[in-house]
Amino acid sequence: MPLEALDPMTEAGADREFLYTLNFGPQHPATHTTLRLILTLDGETIVKAVPDIGFLHSGFEKLGEDLDFNQYVTIVDRMNYISPVANEIAWHHTVEKLIGIELTPRCKYIRTILAELARISDHLLCVGATALDLGGLTAFLYAFNEREKIYNIIEQASGQRFHPSYTRVGGLMADVTDEWIQLIRIFVASFPKVHADVCRLLNRNKIFVDRTKGIGVLTKEEAINMSCTGPVARASGVVRDLRKDEPYLAYGDLQDTFKVACAKAGDCQSRYLVRMEEMVQSIQIIKAAVENLPSGPVNVSVGDKLGIPDKASTYRSIEGLIQHFELFMWNRQFETPVNEVYGANETANGELGFYIVADGGGKAWRARTRPPSFLHFSIFPHLIEGHQISDVPAVLGSLNIIAAELDR
Amino acid sequence: MAANYLVPLQLKFGDTLRSEEFRDNHRVIVPAEKIIDVLKVLKEQFGFNMLCDLAGIDYLGYPDATDRYGIVYSLTNTNTSERLFVKTYVNDPDPELPTATNLWIGADWMEREIYDMFGVTFSGHPDLRRILLPSEFTSYPLRKDYPLRGFGERHNFEKLIRSEG
Repeated sequence: MPLEALDPMTEAGADREFLYTLNFGPQHPATHTTLRLILTLDGETIVKAVPDIGFLHSGFEKLGEDLDFNQYVTIVDRMNYISPVANEIAWHHTVEKLIGIELTPRCKYIRTILAELARISDHLLCVGATALDLGGLTAFLYAFNEREKIYNIIEQASGQRFHPSYTRVGGLMADVTDEWIQLIRIFVASFPKVHADVCRLLNRNKIFVDRTKGIGVLTKEEAINMSCTGPVARASGVVRDLRKDEPYLAYGDLQDTFKVACAKAGDCQSRYLVRMEEMVQSIQIIKAAVENLPSGPVNVSVGDKLGIPDKASTYRSIEGLIQHFELFMWNRQFETPVNEVYGANETANGELGFYIVADGGGKAWRARTRPPSFLHFSIFPHLIEGHQISDVPAVLGSLNIIAAELDR
Repeated sequence: MAANYLVPLQLKFGDTLRSEEFRDNHRVIVPAEKIIDVLKVLKEQFGFNMLCDLAGIDYLGYPDATDRYGIVYSLTNTNTSERLFVKTYVNDPDPELPTATNLWIGADWMEREIYDMFGVTFSGHPDLRRILLPSEFTSYPLRKDYPLRGFGERHNFEKLIRSEG
């Protein structure tokens, strides 16, 4: 692959010998993750960009065929490691759709809150890192300070900060506590101030605006044709948000609390502004969800024989114990229909979908991931060609490419 | 929901088209030689303007499976948020499909990934190379006859030492 990828230099114009090739990455601070670009340059103008990916490929989808539905959640966590909870929720959303499990209302609300926190966390990193690459360290520090609070909230719920593996088929690892709700209330109250600070630092900052406005323009037709989703598509005017279009979890109940943030220009600045507005909307969702959090169990009942029983019922009741063994002994596990299903969630980067083929056993026959970063990185050459080399970090940052999700 | 495109499609392409439904997924199963025509009709007449996902599946050893590889095109209508899954099968020894890159540019990398993982080739694809795995890799790892721990391809890779590089 790398040797062939050098060919475009001659393709771009054999007669133009003044073109030179620049290898960008895979270990470059501005890529933030392990990805490589081969840029053909005319002075500082990019004539051709060839992405070379696969440095972090670790066979997640093959592992998904070997691990059962609950074990694979630890691997799914590591796809988009900026917002791991959102991946878990998307994975188990699809598994529950396959098996036909209806979640309890409390579980739906908790998952909704976590998904929105993950979205804020992801957007904060994206906005902060873009600002950092374009020379604004302060916004990055403000953003990371807030992300720390989100990590604390996730730690309070699951005991793990980075890769919580918090969801289970039919429920959650554990119920949340009152302290968790308090932490969220404090976060919801304090976040708007930080958001306003970041807006004041960047929105009308001359350097930031000059380096993002009109850079990497993606039209609406191109966005649809190139399979873009999420903020990248919405910044180009595609009014599509799975939370509105195919309401899942508690979004059906919370429809009135949020709006879909869209822009028309389709440049790096629009993608930044869409992300900033989505954070405001996410806070509205969290505020409504946490104040209307239903009581009751978080897991489906033991009688349904679908979810993992909690520890108390495993140790103290015969049904719970049997159910525990049914799910965890290697020759029993889940019973699935011999069929296949696609389920998708609106994660921070876009539509994260899973295509699961089941053969009746407790493991997926095929666990295909539809990673938003993969499709967003494929449009990168189109966005960057004709721009300056200093625009590479702006476009990369605005697409928010997470290499672990890109390569899986 | 499934009816409004299924009947016209069957009129046009004959009864070889089958329709399936599971949960909220509608699937149309199409013979491989008609796949591009069906996709084109769906895109141009029924408004499925986005190719959301392209999934490859190896059915070797799957219960009641008659074909080896399944390729699933997940189409989305961004105006009505309707989804449709168009599925086709290809078989050994020469699994080959026509490319969908003329209809959707987004198919480019997804077809490369399927070629990389399953060895299904897409004729007419502008740049069909391995995408995630190195070009020295000789197998197709998501096939079911490929073991989880691999065949040890890593030992075949060329070694490049700094002083020689």
